Amino acid sequence: MSFVHPNDGFPMTRGPAVGWARLPGPLPVDHAWVDDASWRALCEQWHAQDGRLITLWGSDERPAGLGFVVHAVFTYADAWHWISLATPGDRPRFSALSDLFPEAARLERALFDLLGISCDARDKRPWLRHEAWGPADFPLRRDFTQAAPVPKEADPYPFVRVQGAGVHEIAVGPVHAGTIEPGHFRFSVVGDEILRLEERLGYTHKGIAKRLEGMGLTDAGRLVGRVCADSTAAYAGAYALAVEAVSACAVPPRGVWLRALLWERERIANHLGDLGALCQDGGLAFGHTQFGLLKERYLQTQARLFGHRYLMDTIVPGGVACDIDSAAISDMERECTALLEATRRLRHIIDDHAGLQERFLGAGRLDRTRARALGAVGLAARASGIHSDLRLLWPSPPYDSLKARICLQEQGDVAARVAVRFDEIEESARLIRVILAEIPQGPVRAPCAPPKGTLGLGAVEGWRGPIVVAITRTPECARHHVHIHDPSWQNWPLLEHAVLLDLVPDFPLINKSFNLAYSGHDQ
Amino acid sequence: MHKLLRQIVKTGMLRSRPCPRRDRARDIHTSPPSLAEELGRALAVRHVDTGSCNGCELEIQALGNAIYNLAAIGVRLVASPRHADILLVTGPVARAMAAPLRATYDAVPAPKRVVALGDCACGCGVYSPNYATVGKVDDVIPVDVAIPGCPPPPETIREAFATLICR
Repeated sequence: MSFVHPNDGFPMTRGPAVGWARLPGPLPVDHAWVDDASWRALCEQWHAQDGRLITLWGSDERPAGLGFVVHAVFTYADAWHWISLATPGDRPRFSALSDLFPEAARLERALFDLLGISCDARDKRPWLRHEAWGPADFPLRRDFTQAAPVPKEADPYPFVRVQGAGVHEIAVGPVHAGTIEPGHFRFSVVGDEILRLEERLGYTHKGIAKRLEGMGLTDAGRLVGRVCADSTAAYAGAYALAVEAVSACAVPPRGVWLRALLWERERIANHLGDLGALCQDGGLAFGHTQFGLLKERYLQTQARLFGHRYLMDTIVPGGVACDIDSAAISDMERECTALLEATRRLRHIIDDHAGLQERFLGAGRLDRTRARALGAVGLAARASGIHSDLRLLWPSPPYDSLKARICLQEQGDVAARVAVRFDEIEESARLIRVILAEIPQGPVRAPCAPPKGTLGLGAVEGWRGPIVVAITRTPECARHHVHIHDPSWQNWPLLEHAVLLDLVPDFPLINKSFNLAYSGHDQ
Repeated sequence: MHKLLRQIVKTGMLRSRPCPRRDRARDIHTSPPSLAEELGRALAVRHVDTGSCNGCELEIQALGNAIYNLAAIGVRLVASPRHADILLVTGPVARAMAAPLRATYDAVPAPKRVVALGDCACGCGVYSPNYATVGKVDDVIPVDVAIPGCPPPPETIREAFATLICR
């Protein structure tokens, strides 16, 4: 397999009958080079047949003579499909996906901000670009070095205005009242009722993809683990899987199982924190205190057993950088029992609490049809009745033998997202117990050889949803590009729909029930 | 309701942590003398995230739990910079956040202090300056107290605040 098609040096096949090549790695990922016509034809076919867009990005492959390349990954039928489209280096352009997959709209805008690859989408406003660089600078181009900041006044961002009698705007952020990350929310309201919410993100853009271009693939895990700290294990895991795919590295079974243990622990830790915060925003300080204690003790166990409260730097290309002994196993078994007992008791209290339920039930409702149309993934999708969980749909080891169960709710409101979190704590604790009982013996890490392959994709079902890392390499000129995708790209637009006709004071609660990533999204 | 009360009783009172002694706060770099004379023994803190990965935010939130109980030593997180004595800044200052950071700093009434929390804010993290980030907080607004760590554990942050008050 080569990054450049062997026949003609310029990868083109006519029509949707493209040549698929299976990539190494635990996921069934097929890659193909496509031309403009088959790009569009495949997207239309997948859209019509319930395919899902996972991510869309671009890379500058001019040094390899390929111009700018647009990549998209879909899940369709029983495989992942990664298509790459080479566009001319002097006039990069491609056929937009957002008319079929609305979740592509912001990805298309980001693609232009970073690489100057344009498409025929309607919304031409910048997305990641604020005043940090100008409209003619494209940071992910290989020849980009530095750009001067542009004064905000010189480059205003046009929000969509809602007009009519009694409509006014509330602008919130980027600095918020609570201890959360920066982003801007523009509400158009009548009285307390939300007529429209428009999000403006990108404030925490740190040029991570550009940084990764200059780092060795096996050394960059520390940075990838610090894109979004609450999902550090999932990020580091997806990155490690992608690096292992281009390095033909086989992780020892014990390392594979330990990774799943870390991912499930991360899921539980975040769900505990979110349940506490949801109680707080719903007006039950008792719940905040109780879940705060549970989470803190959980984090302290992680610091003791794995060396970091949030599990940073525990998953590395080739395996894991930690191991557990029999004392740790019995420690975690006891912890599982105590945790389940406590969360079940708290769930009873919360379910019986009329005041809290009054806030939860019906707030921020997103029905299944709309969630599906918007491309919802992960926890938010499952709370709206959509089967979306990599651990079940594409189970890679050890999930193929763990047989995770999906946690679904139908009603799509805050109460449903609370219920999915409670159910997933139960399920993750069950999986952890199976892992602790059946974890194979042996080494936890294999040496990762210098990468030789050209394409690698890794994906992990993080607590928010699937985190995907894709690596493209051109060995001839020693270039690589790392694309990291957070499920918040799909799920941030859900929030804009979920809050419609809800009250402004309910927004913090609804927002917290999604708890989407800013840094993971902005990168 | 009885279940709720029973759970409160079952949780019981947690042992309170004393104000740490000055010599224990080794890793914390402070330039000014104690704030106690200027600001009194209760501090109102406004947090600004200028591009953090949210690790420092998780630990600031953890400071509010019953184990660290920051409020017990007189430190309170407030919703507006106009209510604050201290600006607590996290992250490597993304360029898009430099202007909001300056505006927030200007909105804090004097006397005020700035605490840079975490390796990124202190300029020793994974995010060196590039086209999208400025670098450390001190390059944008003057920093009085630097608390390194990735992220700094809650004990360290609590000790830093306690040092500011108790010295």
